[in-house]
This record gives sequence, structure tokens and C-alpha cells, in this order.
Amino acid sequence: MSHAPTLNPDYVDEAGRPIFHPVEEPHHPEGHSTMLGFWMYLMSDCLIFAILFAVYAVLGGNYAAGPAPKDLFDLPLVALNTSMLLFSSITYGFAMLAMYRNKVAQTQVWLAVTGLFGLCFLGIELYEFAHMIHLGATPQRSGFLSAFFILVGTHGLHVTFGCIWLVTLMVQVAQKGLIQANRRRLMCLSLFWHFLDVIWIGVFTFVYLFGILR
Amino acid sequence: MTVEHSTSPLLGRLNWESLPFHEPILVATFAVVVIGGLGVLGLITRYKLWGYLWKEWFTTVDHKKIGIMYMILGLIMFLRGFADAVMMRLQQAMAFGGSEGYLNAHHYDQIFTAHGVIMIFFVAMPLITGLMNYLVPLQIGARDVSFPFLNNFSFWMTTMGAVLVMASLFIGEFARTGWLAYPPLSGIGYSPGVGVDYYIWALQIAGVGTTLSGINLIATIVKMRAPGMGLMKMPVFTWTSLCANILIVASFPILTATLVLLSADRYIGTNFFTNDFGGNPMMYVNLIWIWGHPEVYILILPLFGVFSEVTSTFSGKKLFGYTSMVYATVVITILSYLVWLHHFFTMGSGASVNSFFGITTMIISIPTGAKLFNWLFTMYRGRIRFELPMMWTVAFMLTFVIGGMTGVMLAVPPADFVLHNSLFLIAHFHNVIIGGVLFGLFAAINFWWPKAFGFRLEKKWGLVSFWCWVVGFWMAFMPLYVLGFMGVTRRMRVFDDPAYQIWFVIAGVGVAVIAVGILAMLIQFAVSIIHRDKLRDETGDPWLGRTLEWATSSPPPDYNFAKTPIIHDSDAWWDMKTRGYERPTEGFKPIHMPANTGAGFILSALSLIVGFALIWYIWWLAAAGFAALIAYAIFHTFNYRRDYNIPVETVQATEDARTQALTAAAATQG
Amino acid sequence: MSAEAHNEHAVTHDDHHGDDHDHGTYRSYLIGFALSVVLTAIPFWLVMAGVLAPQLTGLIITAFAVVQIVVHMIFFLHMNHRSEGGWNMLALIFTLVIVVIAVAGSVWVMYHLNTNMMPVHDMQGMG
Repeated sequence: MSHAPTLNPDYVDEAGRPIFHPVEEPHHPEGHSTMLGFWMYLMSDCLIFAILFAVYAVLGGNYAAGPAPKDLFDLPLVALNTSMLLFSSITYGFAMLAMYRNKVAQTQVWLAVTGLFGLCFLGIELYEFAHMIHLGATPQRSGFLSAFFILVGTHGLHVTFGCIWLVTLMVQVAQKGLIQANRRRLMCLSLFWHFLDVIWIGVFTFVYLFGILR
Repeated sequence: MTVEHSTSPLLGRLNWESLPFHEPILVATFAVVVIGGLGVLGLITRYKLWGYLWKEWFTTVDHKKIGIMYMILGLIMFLRGFADAVMMRLQQAMAFGGSEGYLNAHHYDQIFTAHGVIMIFFVAMPLITGLMNYLVPLQIGARDVSFPFLNNFSFWMTTMGAVLVMASLFIGEFARTGWLAYPPLSGIGYSPGVGVDYYIWALQIAGVGTTLSGINLIATIVKMRAPGMGLMKMPVFTWTSLCANILIVASFPILTATLVLLSADRYIGTNFFTNDFGGNPMMYVNLIWIWGHPEVYILILPLFGVFSEVTSTFSGKKLFGYTSMVYATVVITILSYLVWLHHFFTMGSGASVNSFFGITTMIISIPTGAKLFNWLFTMYRGRIRFELPMMWTVAFMLTFVIGGMTGVMLAVPPADFVLHNSLFLIAHFHNVIIGGVLFGLFAAINFWWPKAFGFRLEKKWGLVSFWCWVVGFWMAFMPLYVLGFMGVTRRMRVFDDPAYQIWFVIAGVGVAVIAVGILAMLIQFAVSIIHRDKLRDETGDPWLGRTLEWATSSPPPDYNFAKTPIIHDSDAWWDMKTRGYERPTEGFKPIHMPANTGAGFILSALSLIVGFALIWYIWWLAAAGFAALIAYAIFHTFNYRRDYNIPVETVQATEDARTQALTAAAATQG
Repeated sequence: MSAEAHNEHAVTHDDHHGDDHDHGTYRSYLIGFALSVVLTAIPFWLVMAGVLAPQLTGLIITAFAVVQIVVHMIFFLHMNHRSEGGWNMLALIFTLVIVVIAVAGSVWVMYHLNTNMMPVHDMQGMG
């Protein structure tokens, strides 16, 4: 050791000697990393969608002499579906605001409304899928349709799990109230729910709108 | 293994013919595994260890125990992967002049696939994950990881993936596609059997574990560092672990998505990677390498950290160029996403694409080179102690440089057009993975074994293992470079040109020498355990270590540190020692710790059932298993009590015992 | 909670200060919602009415999508450079870089694929 490294100025005593243990143990309350961890999970999920978008970008024009987006996409229906997700986003926001004000009943109501919008979204999406399959536009028909169904379907699957999770949380809030653990879980689901909305922006723009354009 | 196999509603396509009675090698292996397995189970039952194993290990959320379990998993799977290697070398050394060797094509193709899959996913990954799990919390002065339950779950998911691969040996078959299962060969048309499905579900299940453990360790490093440990005061191993885990979280989802698409092609007949209806098999190759190249750096980065710790410890000096080491690591982290196409220069892209990726590949060797110089300058004028970890490190430096240089050769697209898929490539990546990852892991095992178990590894057998490995490695892989130049491609089962044979024989002898090295290592473990009292280290700091893990006892108590340390320097423990740090012996407080839980094991076991059912088209079981999985996961979230306190008396008693041990050790040394 | 968070900040670093404060208000949610509605409606209208040339429409709706994603990030996901000590933002930026590399790279690589592969239409040209 030619020269000792400089001490961390926050941790020296009056005599300028180093302190090696804090007087108060650093407190890591349960769940202190949850929001960061969940955010990283969302980022990894985002990459899954990135790959599905990349596949759609590469294969989306391969109709294999089958139907093209213009033959299949019903933009008014997509607009309606988009509005369902948008409404569910703001109602989830209201649920969170109610949560911060500690209003259990209000939180539950807004959560329920959010869940209903989610279910409407899923219902419309399933109707759309059923309609396309009825027309012979199945996932097996062409590279384009494979990419379409997997991308939109994966998003829908996420919404489905979001709904299951939402119901679970409503039960837990009913049981335990808005305790810290439940608040944390509601915040995670909030991130998840809004994240799915962000993905949907990509879907309606690059799949539906661009599909009609090309 | 034909498509026409009828599937029954009850058992899917599983029937008596799925069991490989016609393969004598497999039947013999199965017999050995059953006898050995029954023996182990019998011993566990005889000594009534089931309760202990379940309570103390399987359900543990202690990062140290989980780390050790990862290491055990990796070492066991290593023996399997190495057995595959031996079989391949033997086959290739024999199959000349009309001889078909002793392996038929069906079996041989499974072996080279299994070898690659096991070595990467179930040897290298568990070993580095185990190492990071064990060390990172200790190095940053934390008591556990951010999400201890998730850690246990991740381990079991990885293990269940390994279980599926092992099951494929005796129930059905494994993939015959090579370790990345390129379509259209891996599509349902060319691979109708269960092999590729085993591959897919083993990787998907293990991949969940890997991704979650990546998130867990990043959160741990970001959130749980001891006071005073700014980013630029983290130990280098923690830095490289952080970067490796960032790579895990940002690349394994890509593998997951790609395999989902392949499964969709196989299970529901979509056209992502098919040759018709607008599919494109090259898209799979493109996607899997967007994951695959970062994966290479996931494997090597933590070992760069190990070499840094070992070099500075055994040179008795601070690491030369800490800052440049950190920046080199970060640069590699980002650049590793810009080189993936060099794995398929020959696919038909034009000059602009190939030259872009050729140049980025050459650039990424620069930060790696900088690291090598840092290690050399750390050694320069140091008082080097040639203990085993340091020997492995020196062997790494010499070996890895050669592997790196052949890699840069392959980065030149015109050269790659000649060498693509030849044994030159095989020699290159074994050169960096064995010379880098494996030698690094051996250095790490020798280095941190005393920390984990409280006694050193015996040196004599360690030396035997070291020399056999190094000599065996060079004998086994230099001939492959030569054969690559002679034009021999990978994955060949028989050869016509007798000129190749001598090189394959030399390589085979090399593998035999490596086998002695592995045996010597197992003996080293056994001898060390038997003579553990002679090799005992009571100080907790047998190597004059520099980082925080050496500040606590060996093995560390459940809570790692009775009092959280404050960090003033990147070599925190060295700094504390030089400043005359005195270990606190009183004034402890109760310590808040996470409680053990069986949920991780149960969830993973259910995942295993779902995976197995999907492989065999047992749809009712897959549906039931999946429903159970979701239901149990929800049920688990209703458990809000996940922690307990270690009472202050226990802490005091543990620390008092350590005080006595330290005094006794000082007395005997004095 | 916030007092505890600040206390903690004294001993550790970049622990959660901030994430309990930036949770939005009715006002911010409504602003975000209004912006999203506008940013969704205009692209739909542009495409459904076909008022502009397809290429121009494509550029515009891409721009709207990017803006709307930013709006959601700010008003619904409450992203800012302070949450989790900046790590959330760092993770987001890193992810976006990887997303751009993976998507743009795949498209580039795959559209370049045929350069040396003599696709059918080239051979017809040669014949």
C-alpha cells in the first residue's frame, strides 16, 4: 500500500478516524426492492414484445397468396378496443389515487371498473380473432397471420393475466385492507397495466394502422 | 419416431416404444443410474436425512445455500456433459476406413446436441449463477438478496430444466438438431419426435429461473450495498456480475420469445420458421443469436471478475486499472448486442451487413484486451503466490489469448466463409469457454471453497487436476484447429479421408487426459473433506483477501454480517485490515431474515409436470398442471408472513464462538 | 413512510426516495388521458379517412405513437429521472437501445439476406 485510500467523509468520527459500522443498522424493509425488480421484469417483457414486433416487421408482408390486412382489419372495431384499454388505464389511475387516500371501497370500485374494461377488451379481441378464423385467416395460413396472431395474442394473454391478478388483489384488499404489502402489489399491477397500454400503442399503430396503409 | 404414432388421450404419445430398450448403451447407463440413484436415496433414508435436506436446503432462501446447490447442480451436469464429449471423441477417433464407429446416427446426433445444451445451460449457467449468488451479497455487505423466495424458485426452475434433459435420456429421445435447434430441421416436419420438444421445454423452464435470478441479483446490487459502497467502490466481481445479470435480463427474454415461436410452429402449425407459407427459417437464426451472443458474455464476464479478484489477492496488490476494468466491462455489455451476425456471415447477407458486424466483432476484442493488460500489470512487481486459484488464472491468460485471437480471425468475413461450421470454430469456442469460463470456475472453486466450507482444498490433487486439465485441453483442441484448416466440418459421425484420423486420435488422448483431471478434482474434493480438520481455516481469511466476504467467518453465519460494515475503499476488507479494524464483539441487535418456504420447489415441480405433459402431448395433464400452477401461485401470494427475527442471543452466541475460534487460531499461529 | 425513507437515505444510498411522492393527481391523469385520446384519434382518422399520401401518413402516425408512448410514460407510469434513484430511467433507456438494435437490426439483416442468395427474380432478370 503506497498510499492509503481517502476515507469516506460521511463516515469518520470527530478525531477523523474511520467508522466501520453504522450506529443504526441500515433498514431494508420488506419489499424495498419490489418496485425496481418489477420494473426490470417489465423491461424484460418489453423485449419479448420487441422480438414479436421484429418478427411482424420481417414476416408481416408474407401473405402467401392469402388474405392481407386490408381484407381483415376492421379499424372501427380496433378503435373501440383501443378506447377500452385507454379507459381502463385511467380508471386504474383513479383506483391508485383512491388507494393513496386510503379509501378502500373507492379503490375496489375503480379496480372493478378497470377489470370490466379489461374483459371488454378481451371480448372484442376474441370476437375479432373468431371472425378472422371464420374467414379462413387462421394463424397457420401465412407468415403474416402467424406473426399477427402471436403478437396480438401475446398482448391479449398479458391482459388476461392482468385480469386474474386484479381479481386476486381485490380479494386481498377485501381481506386485509390497504396494508403496505397490498399497496405495493397494486402499484406493481398499475405498472403492468399501463405497460400493456403502451405496448398496445405499438400494436394499433404498427399492426393495424400500418396494415391498412400498405 | 415417426409422425404416425397414435396419441392416446391418457398418455399422449408416451408408450413402451418411447423407452430406448434397443439402445444397449442407454440401457446400461440407465441401469447404472438406477442403481446409483437407489443407493443415494437409500443412504439418505438410512441416515434420516430427508427432513434435514428439505428443511435446511430444498426450502432454503439463504443465498449461500442456494449458491452451493447451484454449484452442485452444475458439477453433476458437467459429468453428464463430459460423458457426451468422451463418446463423441471416441466415435470420431474410430469411424474411419469404412468403420461406422460404435454410435448410430440417431444416437450420435442426440449426443452432440445434448453436450452443447447441457454444457451451456446446465453447467456453465448454474455454475456462474451459483457463484454470483454465493458471493455478491457477501461482497456488498448484505444479508441476503433482494428477493430470497424468488431465488429459491429460480434455482428449482433451473434444476427442473436439467431434470427434463436428463429424463430425455431414458424416456424418448433428445433433439438431434445441434444445440441451437435451427429450423427447418427442428420443425415438426423434419423432427416429428419428442426430442426438440424436450429441448424447448427444458430451456423455457430453466430460462424462467435464469431471468428471475438475473432480476434478483441486479436489484440486490442496486439496493442492498453496504453504506459507503458507491458504484465505483464495488468489488470488480460484483461489477462484472451486475453487467452479466443485466445481459441476462436483456437477452433471455429474446430466447424465450424465439422458442415460443418455434413451439407455435411445432404445436399449432404456424409459419414463422417454415420454408413455405411465408415463413423464414433465417429469422430464427437471426433471433437466437441476438440472444446467443450476449449469452457468451454472460458466461465470461463473471469469470473476468473472478480473475480480477484472484490476481490482485495473490499478487498482494490493488487491481491495476480498476476504473478501466469497470468501463471495459460496461463497454462489453453494450457491444455484445452489436455482433450477433458474425455467427452467420454465410447466410447470404451482403458486404455492408457483413462488414458492419465484422468490424464490431473486432472492436469488442479491445476492451477484453485491456482487461488482460490490467491483470498483467497487477501481477507486475507483485509478490505473486502461486496457489491453485492463481495457477488457474495464469493458465486462463495463456489459453484465452489464443482463443480470443482465433475469434478475431473468424470475425473476418472472408476467412469465416472458409472456416464457418468447421472444427476450427469448435476449437475456437472451446478454447475461450474452457480456457475462460471453466478455468475461471476452477479458480473460483479453489479460491472460495474455504469461505463456503471453512477448510481449504487439498493442493496436491489440485495440482494433478490442474496439469491434466491444461495439458489435456491443449491436446484435445489444437488438433481440431488443424482439422478445421483441413476442411472438416462439425457434427460429422464418420470420415472417409484417413489423413484426419491421427488428429482425432490425438484429440481423443487429450480428452482422456482431461478425464484424469476431472477425476483428480473429484478426488481433491473427497480428500479435502476427509482431511478437513487438517485443512481448517478459522480466520475466515485464508488467502489474505481484499474484499468483504473475507471479513466474516468461514462458513459465514446465516446473517452474513452481525453488524453491517461501512465501506471506504473498493478493497474494503484490505482497507479495514490496514486501518486496524477491530471486530465488534457486543452490542448486537436482532436480525430480520426471510423464512424458508417450499413454494419454490412446488411451483417448479408443477412446471416440470406441465413441460413433460406438453412434450408428450398429454393434454389433460398439461391443462391440469397449468391450472394447479396458477392456483398455487395465487395461493402463495396470500401468505403475508415471510420472515422471522434471529434473536440477539443467537447472534451473540454465534459471534462469541467466532471470537473464541479466532483467539485459538491466533494462539496456534503465534 | 417518507420520514423513514429519508432516514434510510442517510445510511444507504439511492434507496427509494421519491417513488412514494410521484403518484399523480386527478389532474395529471386527466391531462394524460386527454392527450392519449387526441393522439390515438388523429392517427385513426388519418388512416381511415385517407387524407394524406400513405408514406406521409405512416411518418405522422409513427410520430404520434412515439409521442403517445412518452405521454403514457410520464402521466400513467410516472417515469422520471428520480424514481428508484434513476435506475428505472437507466433501465428504460438501456431497454430501448436493445429494442432498437434488435428490431432495426433484424429488419436490416433480414432484408439484406438475399444479396448473395440469387433470389428467383434476379435469375429471371439474368435469363
